[in-house]
Amino acid sequence: MSWWRPSDVGFAVRNRLVDIGAGARLFMRLAVLLGATLRRPALVRDQVHFLGNHSLVIIALSGLFVGFVLALQGYNVLQLYGSEASLGLVVTLSLVRELGPVVTALLFAGRAGTSLTAEIGLMRAGEQLSAMEMMAVDPVQRILAPRFWGGVIAMPVLAAVFSAVGVAGGWLVGVVMIGVDGGAFWGQMQSGVDVFKDVGNGVLKSIVFGVAVTFTAVLQGYVAKPTPEGVSRATTRTVVIASLAVLALDFILTALMFSL
Amino acid sequence: MSSNEALIPDSFVELRGVTFGYGARPVLRDVSLSVPRGKVTAIMGASGGGKTTVLRLIGGQQRAQQGQVLVDGKDVGPMTRAELYAARRRMGMLFQFGALFTDMSVLDNVAFPLREHTTLSETLVRDIVLMKLHAVGLRGARDLMPSQISGGMARRVALARAIALDPELIMYDEPFAGLDPISLGIAAQLIRQLSDAMGLTTILVSHNLQETFALADHVIILGAGNVAAQGTPGEVRTSTDPLVHQFVHALPAGPVPFHHPGPSVEQDFGIVGAVGSRR
Repeated sequence: MSWWRPSDVGFAVRNRLVDIGAGARLFMRLAVLLGATLRRPALVRDQVHFLGNHSLVIIALSGLFVGFVLALQGYNVLQLYGSEASLGLVVTLSLVRELGPVVTALLFAGRAGTSLTAEIGLMRAGEQLSAMEMMAVDPVQRILAPRFWGGVIAMPVLAAVFSAVGVAGGWLVGVVMIGVDGGAFWGQMQSGVDVFKDVGNGVLKSIVFGVAVTFTAVLQGYVAKPTPEGVSRATTRTVVIASLAVLALDFILTALMFSL
Repeated sequence: MSSNEALIPDSFVELRGVTFGYGARPVLRDVSLSVPRGKVTAIMGASGGGKTTVLRLIGGQQRAQQGQVLVDGKDVGPMTRAELYAARRRMGMLFQFGALFTDMSVLDNVAFPLREHTTLSETLVRDIVLMKLHAVGLRGARDLMPSQISGGMARRVALARAIALDPELIMYDEPFAGLDPISLGIAAQLIRQLSDAMGLTTILVSHNLQETFALADHVIILGAGNVAAQGTPGEVRTSTDPLVHQFVHALPAGPVPFHHPGPSVEQDFGIVGAVGSRR
């Protein structure tokens, strides 16, 4: 395999295109299967529990510390201009608009995405998905779709938890520790944060990130080579691709939201 | 064997002139074979000879590049997903290592096809599952997880799962591989009993000579991507085909070479210009 021979480059490009096409088709199937998936809510509920509840501790703890740090950094800058009363607003906007969705998505990729990829990849390696197909049960519908939609549901909820705990963390450091006025902290937040423009955009971001991360995880597991090496590589790819996708999508979404 | 040769009249599965390969590597070349209805048919042959591929073609997991794969008269190749799934409901397949769902108990594994394809009540599902588990002697293991049972038991659970919906055709991929003599005897007995009791058409892929010849009604030997012999065990055993002779008598030398094709010994060890060097 060499990169200067046109035939090899063409071969590689063609393989890539085939992969992308297969991914796009799987995505369409998962989207179409939403109705069928929701008709069996128990399967989705189990996945929301598995992906969501099991990520709760790491998400909440991370949110708390990010809130702490935001309050410290924010106070440090704001007090230069005598506007430390805006601390609550700064912390909340940073969390709701940016850090909540993005950091949650990155943690979600590491915590839940990897376990999804490994689970599906190992089911494939153990011929469980083939066995299911031979029982005339579609693995995309029975295994992939509930996991995908479970992840898409869990992600915005986790991002909301992250932001909420982060705000509480900011209050702890800003108001309780440093002594910023509590009334100003909450009052400025209330008047400065717009439900649709700020919170709504944050929720929209976290839904998009949820789709991106969960789809990456499910796809990588589904196309993983059915060997120990293949599954481990797929797990790594999930983290790398999902994280980059989240950061790139964040830029695009932020640009769109500011321009609208 | 030519693809026009008269095939068994009452066959449940029939391959007609099937060619199939993975990438550039051909596995089956113009293969024609038939599996009689209600009998135990063994497909044998050296490793990598396309035995498992035949099962995958019959189950529609792979599509033939040429030729037809007929299951009960219908070609599996051009079927849509819905048609294929309808056809698969009449088949059961036992994978080499059982392929049990590792996150479910034995009972839930066997109940899986029932819960997916029927609207039976939970009590009825439980009764059917216990009956199927009883048939394979594992009614007492219903609450165990797949990680808690032995390889032989896992295969019996998988067998119970494969017959949960009372299929007409059951396919076994290497059911004897890696089993101790007792488990092997049990497995062979179960395959025979199930076939006789339920009138199942059975396809068995194996290279375990003794057990398979004792068990099967019909034997097909695949070699070099083709059918080397098919007939009753007695007919196959007395075949004069050199490949069949080598296989049936387990001879190390014959048409199936010991060495994988590659550079000659002289080339590899640097004996340049050796007299009589050959590839």
